[in-house]
Amino acid sequence: MLEEILVAGFGGQGVMLLGQLLSYGAIYEGLEVTFFPSYGPEMRGGTANCTVVISDQRIGSPVRNRFTALLAMNQASLERFSPFVKPGGILAYNTTLIEALPRREDVRIIKIPATQIASDLGNPQTANMVAAGGLAAALGFISLEALFKGLYRVLPEHRHALISINQEAIKRGMECVSISE
Amino acid sequence: MSTKILMRGNEAVGEGALRAGCRFFFGYPITPQNELFEFMATRLPQCGGTFLQSESELAGIHMILGAAAGGVRCMTSSSGPGFTLMGEGLTALAAARLPAVVVCVSRAGPGLGRIASAQSDYRLSTRGGGHGDYQCIVLGPGSAQELYELTYLAFELADRYSTPVIVLSDAILGQMMEPVELDTLPVIDPPEKEWAVRGKGKNPRKVIKVAPHTDQELVEWNRHLKKKYELIREKEQRYEAQDIDGASLVVVAFGSTSRIAQDAVMQAREEGLAVGLFRPISLWPFPEKGMKELRQAGIERFLVVEANNGQMIEDVRLALCGSAEVIQYGVGGGHIFAPDEIYEQIKMAVR
Repeated sequence: MLEEILVAGFGGQGVMLLGQLLSYGAIYEGLEVTFFPSYGPEMRGGTANCTVVISDQRIGSPVRNRFTALLAMNQASLERFSPFVKPGGILAYNTTLIEALPRREDVRIIKIPATQIASDLGNPQTANMVAAGGLAAALGFISLEALFKGLYRVLPEHRHALISINQEAIKRGMECVSISE
Repeated sequence: MSTKILMRGNEAVGEGALRAGCRFFFGYPITPQNELFEFMATRLPQCGGTFLQSESELAGIHMILGAAAGGVRCMTSSSGPGFTLMGEGLTALAAARLPAVVVCVSRAGPGLGRIASAQSDYRLSTRGGGHGDYQCIVLGPGSAQELYELTYLAFELADRYSTPVIVLSDAILGQMMEPVELDTLPVIDPPEKEWAVRGKGKNPRKVIKVAPHTDQELVEWNRHLKKKYELIREKEQRYEAQDIDGASLVVVAFGSTSRIAQDAVMQAREEGLAVGLFRPISLWPFPEKGMKELRQAGIERFLVVEANNGQMIEDVRLALCGSAEVIQYGVGGGHIFAPDEIYEQIKMAVR
């Protein structure tokens, strides 16, 4: 198997953390993974994205130009990157912040009201965790437990008091996709 | 539960250094290697080591010269524009026969260039990096795990041959994150060096010189270096070859480009093209033996892919001595290859 995932949003949405969490999820599922952040002056404000490649074999390129899954956290990212999703791939997006529907009919559309669910939980900042749970559910090979374990690695120790809040967000994201699927 | 840690390439270099017993780091910051600085600044004091940001690259490399003369394992790091400035210190280290590790996380040049990734410092590294008649061992890792393991190896080789060793990384390798297993290597206490200069006390006087006193002495030095480099050429060639059997074309690529080329080669093979991949790991000494074996196995065409305008191709040509056809595909200036792009080149090159 080979999954080429692009996670994209704006700076401050926790896109990099989301990508790293998925990466740990893959590690705990016994898979190979490579995480590559968008890199360059564009990091200073504006868009942020990262590529997560997951496979059961040794991974070649950390850099991809076509993707088996896109997780778009905002409108600009959806518009910019949806043409690069391979036919049959996953196009997941944060419906709270994206009103226009993606113009693709050859992909699997996954709707995640990430910011809404996170706000309902009282922590809008956890929208990235909701989205991570949702994407994992759509991908189908990263379990809730693997993501939970990953949280302990991606959050620095002085933030571990927030683990339960983030776990709840991941769980809700996963449930929302599992139910609608 | 997996013990692998997701680690940025730059941090993996730091872990490898700590594991090898490196306790001194001096240097001047530059993108794209600053995560290594941050790592060393945090971790070295915790391990009883010393991190010091020098006022310039020139100062940093000469602090390394001093620390190496004191017999401790030490490291500095930079990227192209700063690495150039270290040439004077590198040649002094080689002349004084001192072990040290220098990391170059290369970026796009020429000149100040930009922070985008490129393999633009291959030639500078593999030709020593400074003036005079010397070489540095140069290692070219291709993954976070290898950045960790080859940095560790760099310290071992530096001590074994009493010579500076360069770890040649780039912005892609430095910024990407991959799982790293730390327990593949033992924690070690670096060897005691009887030649180290640490204050005389009641012991006999020790001298480490960066310049000889007579012409004859200099001739002896160079004889010694020549012999040492021949030994390194004989013993330290490292490479990886895959899908070579029956190949009509072999792609030659190192570091981050080898990772992208790996996908292109796989795609080509899925389409029935007989293509293999040869990845030099030691860039100096260049793995000439491995290339010659490919030639003996009947490979007649080589496609060198590198993120520059053509540097490693010189070594490939030297290794093959005109016995095979060598084509180069290279784009400098920070262009990042796509697997498809290399695949198209393979299709054009294969017969």
